[in-house]
Amino acid sequence: MTEKTLTPPPHTEPVVFTRDMLDWLPWIEPMAEQDMTERHLASLVDASRVKSPYFRLLARDPDVLEARTRTDKDIFYNPEAGLPRAERELAAAATSRLNGCIYCASVHARFAATYSKRVDDVQRLLDEGVGARLDERWEAIVAASAALTALPMSFGKEHIERLRKVGLDDAAIADLIGAASFFNWANRLMLSLGEPATQG
Amino acid sequence: MTDVIDTLVGIAPGSKLDAIRANRSEARKHAQASYTSLFEPRDIAGVTADERHAIAAFVAGLHGEPRTDAFYGAKLSAGLRAAVAAEVATAKTKGPYGRFPKGPLSAEDAPGPTWKVSDTGRKALGPRLPAALEHTHMLVFHPRDAAAPALQALLDAGWSTTDIVTVSQLVAFLSYQIRVVSGLSTLASSL
Repeated sequence: MTEKTLTPPPHTEPVVFTRDMLDWLPWIEPMAEQDMTERHLASLVDASRVKSPYFRLLARDPDVLEARTRTDKDIFYNPEAGLPRAERELAAAATSRLNGCIYCASVHARFAATYSKRVDDVQRLLDEGVGARLDERWEAIVAASAALTALPMSFGKEHIERLRKVGLDDAAIADLIGAASFFNWANRLMLSLGEPATQG
Repeated sequence: MTDVIDTLVGIAPGSKLDAIRANRSEARKHAQASYTSLFEPRDIAGVTADERHAIAAFVAGLHGEPRTDAFYGAKLSAGLRAAVAAEVATAKTKGPYGRFPKGPLSAEDAPGPTWKVSDTGRKALGPRLPAALEHTHMLVFHPRDAAAPALQALLDAGWSTTDIVTVSQLVAFLSYQIRVVSGLSTLASSL
């Protein structure tokens, strides 16, 4: 018998980009906790993620989930040199804004605001999109993220020169490429396997 | 085993980019592990090797990044490669487009087409791949149009829930890998 998609419970859909905490409701069935083997549980990397329907759904292909998560963590959390954390998060938020992932943008806009303390600038990016006026450095980072995200890809030498001019070295530029590219991965999973819901 | 991103960008051991990637050694290792898990999995499970490579070649073709396009195309038989290339030719467009949830963001709506596999392609690609490629086109160019009925179409075409996770990861991972290859190649040429 053909499987059926899930009907999410009654909820309120967020209709703007926000820094609020959101829920995520799957359209296909996550694994039930009791059906998860050691391998499935290990693929979550963080044991607490067993409470997340998103990660229990991705755990259906555990090797890919684990590799995805370990890639993600090094791109964003490795403190060694490169782009400051706040600006890796900015690249993630800008990518999510352009692709239209309200859930992903909410998480990474919160991180960008927390690490940079530039709440108003982050909110302006959410409200106005990737063309928002920020400052030269942030506008260069957002423009580069957008050029890597849009198709056909338009990221070119002029973006690299602009990033160098605002103070990014080669390691920082490589981090930006990693962060924006990674959110082209994450956005597509979040957007297509379920939907966001406001909390409370 | 060789690192696919290093190979496609042409990163030589001891080069500047090699050193930069070495600073993110976990990301480098697990981007490669993602590739291996998708294309040389311990358990091929519900998605065949040909299906995995056909979807990858379609994604690469849609992005038009020459190195990844050649890499994944070369994994297919001549017949399948030609069938995928013919679909790419009609499917390639600009993105991201799509609609937002009704409300203030509707002003930013950029509605666009839902692409369908050609009748010739449907015959050449077999029973399940056409639905997967149609879904792939949406994920690549207009992911914000995603909705539950798109997943129902995959289920109806014979993909299981677990297969859908694998297919989604394939397209999403490729969306990452192609951008890294393109971005690092641009950086390499400006070092």
